[in-house]
Amino acid sequence: MPEEPRVVLEVRGIVNRFGRQVVHDGLNMQVYAEDVFGIVGGSGAGKSVLLRTILGLQHPQAGVVSIGGRNLAQLTDAELRAVKADYGVTFQGGALYSSLTVLQNVQFPMIEHLQLPLQALDELAMLKIRLVGLAADAAQKYPAQLSGGMVKRAALARALALDPQLLFLDEPTSGLDPIAAAGFDDLLHNLHRELRLTVVMVTHDLDSIFRNCNRVGVLVDTRMEVDTLARIVDHPNPWIQAYFHGERAQAREAKHGA
Amino acid sequence: MSTYLAARRSADSLELALKGEWRALRLHEIGAELTALDFTGVRTLTIAPQDLVLLDLSSAWRLREFITGAEKAGVTVSFRGALPEQLQVLDDALARDPFQAPPGAQAHEFHLEPVTELGRYTVRAVRDARAGLAFLGRVILAMLAASGSLKRLRPASIARHVYDTGVNAIPIVALIAFLISVIVAFLSAQQLQKFGAEIFVVDLVTIGVLRELGVLLTAVIVAGRSGSAFAAEIGTMCLNEEVDALYAMGADPFELLVVPRILGLAIALPLLTVIADAIGLAGGAILCRFLLDIPLTQYLHRVSESISPWTFWVGVMKAPVFAMLIALAGTYRGLQVTGSSRELGRLTTVAVVQSIFIVILADALFAVLFMEINI
Repeated sequence: MPEEPRVVLEVRGIVNRFGRQVVHDGLNMQVYAEDVFGIVGGSGAGKSVLLRTILGLQHPQAGVVSIGGRNLAQLTDAELRAVKADYGVTFQGGALYSSLTVLQNVQFPMIEHLQLPLQALDELAMLKIRLVGLAADAAQKYPAQLSGGMVKRAALARALALDPQLLFLDEPTSGLDPIAAAGFDDLLHNLHRELRLTVVMVTHDLDSIFRNCNRVGVLVDTRMEVDTLARIVDHPNPWIQAYFHGERAQAREAKHGA
Repeated sequence: MSTYLAARRSADSLELALKGEWRALRLHEIGAELTALDFTGVRTLTIAPQDLVLLDLSSAWRLREFITGAEKAGVTVSFRGALPEQLQVLDDALARDPFQAPPGAQAHEFHLEPVTELGRYTVRAVRDARAGLAFLGRVILAMLAASGSLKRLRPASIARHVYDTGVNAIPIVALIAFLISVIVAFLSAQQLQKFGAEIFVVDLVTIGVLRELGVLLTAVIVAGRSGSAFAAEIGTMCLNEEVDALYAMGADPFELLVVPRILGLAIALPLLTVIADAIGLAGGAILCRFLLDIPLTQYLHRVSESISPWTFWVGVMKAPVFAMLIALAGTYRGLQVTGSSRELGRLTTVAVVQSIFIVILADALFAVLFMEINI
């Protein structure tokens, strides 16, 4: 690479303990601008705890989380609010507000952070809804009326409401059928290219990792092994070997001939 | 002076250099600068995006609105250099779906026509009544089916509900019973002292608490505590698809969720009523002793004279009926929850309001009934 890429998100020395159970012990990771960074790990390895720590929903016993070079623990409330407006998050189950329509869900962050007339809110929200490939008539539906794939897309539209540069996705393709999951991967791929987003995604889906991610962090033994996708698959750690070269991975390779 | 624009005018043309970070969060300021531009006499507009640090999708949309507005006003718009690619992304996104944006007002439909509204309300009320009747039928069937074996009656579950709705409610029920008997005694003492008939305060407290107030107030408290809890518990289970899971496993939610709650409350409420009666009489005794100087022995004597063999039982008999009505309303509304958390809140409220209403209605019917049969 000709120049050192810009660090968007840095996690340094994170320690998370619940009682005697140590989840993270000195975990480090760096995400560069326009990365699609995949967080991988076994069930109970602390993927969700890590994401919650980065988002400030969980306070680590030690360690620093910096977004855009600013240590989140040292910011005032107003600064923190500004940082939060700069990233978008989708949760595993969508976490759409069940009493609001999709349109209102997408408008919610806009109303909170922007001062815009109603008509502009409607048009901008519709723009985001189309951007994620939802039909316009889905805008007036309530979350309970949506299919699993539509919920994920609606959640993505809401995460994109303020045009963030950084996007956190928690298991964006889990619970979807392979076609819907592939559709979501394509959408993410296009959005990443078009909007030059930096994406951090927690995922289990090998197809999704190989389609989107350029760098991967694997949670093993309370630490994280970070490398490019091409190099991490050859990492000697047995769990990483089993993950990328296990039975399911081989089935995938056979299918794709890769 | 301006952060996002640098305008240069020459005769009838305007050159607009865009600069700075055009971000959604600054849309308000960007919009203000764009609308502040003076277009009078301008024929051609050249936009130079070279100095832009950043242009995100929302501000690209705002720029596009601005360009469309300018073109409508008869100005020729051109770009110096390459078109910002965000405008292209925007056009692609809009081209993906030929649909026009639905008006936002569609989400807030209001029906203000009185006849339509009345019709809608009537249909809803009839449907609700039919659904309620169907619910009652299913509960009775589930009870009959469960009464065959002890295992299907779920004694452990019933015991939990007796504990939750009964034992845990004792302090608040006792406190309310004490206060209400004090209120009745105080009120009647004020009136009866005018006739020198203070001793009849005891009659009023005894009959009032045993026949009506003890059971009624206990039922109202239990409706507020447990009717709402039933609706919220079962409603949350509906939202989590737990009720669907029960159906799918071949388990009957009526047998598992509804019947134990009804039976549990039917056991707990009469017991609570007995406690409320006792505390109410004790409250009366304390007030009579200190306010009217009626000693305890005289109070007890008067109590036993004023009650007929039925007075106590008339009150306690009503309790299981009230309990069933409260439990039915709570579980019925709980099972109706679908879709959203707002629905859960609405139906919990409905459950409480309706159970209090039907308890009072039933009490009125009981009063008429007992008067007719002279007890």
